[in-house]
Amino acid sequence: MSGEMEETRTAEEQQEMEDKVISPEKAEEAKLKARYPNLGAKPGGSDLLRKRLQKGQKYFDSGDYNMAKAKMKNKQLPSAPTEKTEITGGHIPTPQDLPQRKTSIVASKLAG
Amino acid sequence: MAGPGGDMQWCFSQVKGAIDDDVAEADIISTVEFNHTGELLATGDKGGRVVIFQQEIENKNQPQFRSEYNVYSTFQSHEPEFDYLKSLEIEEKINKIRWLPQKNAAQFLLSTNDKTIKLWKISERDKRPEGYNLKEDDGRYKDPNTITSLRVPVLIPMDLMVEASPRRVFANAHTYHINSISVNSDNETYLSADDLRINLWHLEITDRSFNIVDIKPANMEELTEVITAAEFHPHQCNTFVYSSSKGTIRLCDMRASALCDKHSKLFEEPEDPSNRSFFSEIISSISDVKFSHNGRYMMTRDYLSMKIWDLNMENRPVETYQVHEYLRSKLCSLYENDCIFDKFECCWNGNDSVVMTGSYNNFFRMFDRGHRRDVTLEASRENSKPMQVLKPRKVCAGGKRKKDEISVDSLDFNKKILHTAWHPQDNIIAVATTNNLYIFQDKVN
Repeated sequence: MSGEMEETRTAEEQQEMEDKVISPEKAEEAKLKARYPNLGAKPGGSDLLRKRLQKGQKYFDSGDYNMAKAKMKNKQLPSAPTEKTEITGGHIPTPQDLPQRKTSIVASKLAG
Repeated sequence: MAGPGGDMQWCFSQVKGAIDDDVAEADIISTVEFNHTGELLATGDKGGRVVIFQQEIENKNQPQFRSEYNVYSTFQSHEPEFDYLKSLEIEEKINKIRWLPQKNAAQFLLSTNDKTIKLWKISERDKRPEGYNLKEDDGRYKDPNTITSLRVPVLIPMDLMVEASPRRVFANAHTYHINSISVNSDNETYLSADDLRINLWHLEITDRSFNIVDIKPANMEELTEVITAAEFHPHQCNTFVYSSSKGTIRLCDMRASALCDKHSKLFEEPEDPSNRSFFSEIISSISDVKFSHNGRYMMTRDYLSMKIWDLNMENRPVETYQVHEYLRSKLCSLYENDCIFDKFECCWNGNDSVVMTGSYNNFFRMFDRGHRRDVTLEASRENSKPMQVLKPRKVCAGGKRKKDEISVDSLDFNKKILHTAWHPQDNIIAVATTNNLYIFQDKVN
């Protein structure tokens, strides 16, 4: 890192640059916060964990169903922050949607 | 060229699975495990299927013997289910397979999906009875009036048939998703862990289990961490550990109390608060914990590193290995594409001198603890000529990229090696890419 221009930088800029050099993580965090200003302050906390615990949950209740229906009407492009913070309600249940998953009768290709 | 373990060089041995790039979701390999002798190698996939390979040693007397693993048995372990009451889709994906030590002619393994653990018996049949008194050879029943004499049926040889049958089904004990199972050294019990609870089972009893750890808070709003992995100590049947999403490991002693909510030891590396960022907790989440074979150490894998802990020292690991530190400056995009939540596993070699884990771009890493050497290798069809020596790979973190190096931005993050396994005695490793299983062995010079 060149030190030729040091005298022209303010102390603040110096600190920022040092931060970036010391912690690429903090630089990445700044990037993320710039893209998603609505991101919650507690990243590893309840929201993420609860999303993990609810993995596989398709439908919640009729209230969820109606909210999802309303959201689908207004839906444009999915925006990343919503995906990251919402826990349920993104999927409208219909009888056709109900999983009719059958066992894979095909043998594993590893055994081929 | 020397690699980990002195002059050890790794060579391609075999690759299993389809070549085509279009991967069916069911074919995604979700677990790989050698049995206690290394003769059998089991894989589980997202489609709920288990494939077991058996080692056939061509000629052990030859200086460069090739041990080939061929298909021994394959069966559907778990099927997709839908819990209508909770509106929960239960995946058939096999999360873990653990072998039981062999006690008789048959082999036993435990396989689990998110909710149900099953004990499978794999047995060989190479003889069949012939000469029944009441049945014809094709199975039709004879008219008893035509029987005039009695004979003793005899067993005659037949082509080897390997049968897998579910002997026990351990169900309905987990509200949350099972992430680990571990067979106890007492060979009678095993534990199963989900996000918030750990249960102790007896292998013979399916209708009940003991809850030994419960970290569910009374108010779910207060939830701050979940259990990510758990394992029994290899020799002490009263000891087990579990890791958390906050990067801590708790060691529990079942002799202390029936409910092991209070740990006996808490392993945690102090963090510099000034380094804390949005990503700190996420990347500190432990994705795998494994005891060393000798039972003196344990290894944990978090997103960027592997740490080896001395069980007698709780305040910091004794060794830390950077798996792919160059990803630290890519955390923002890795968070956006969810790769930051990838759960890498890790493993020890037979004598605990080398540890291994996977990375992206179908790279995997080995760290030689004694010689302080590490190497990056690649599992790829391009290096799949028989006994072809694997060339070490290098990732260029920044600045000028040398020839043969690959830059961080060129890494394929869809090609992840999450599951690896090391033969318990020999230098044979099984490395799973998305849908292929590679077997490598060291070149015996």
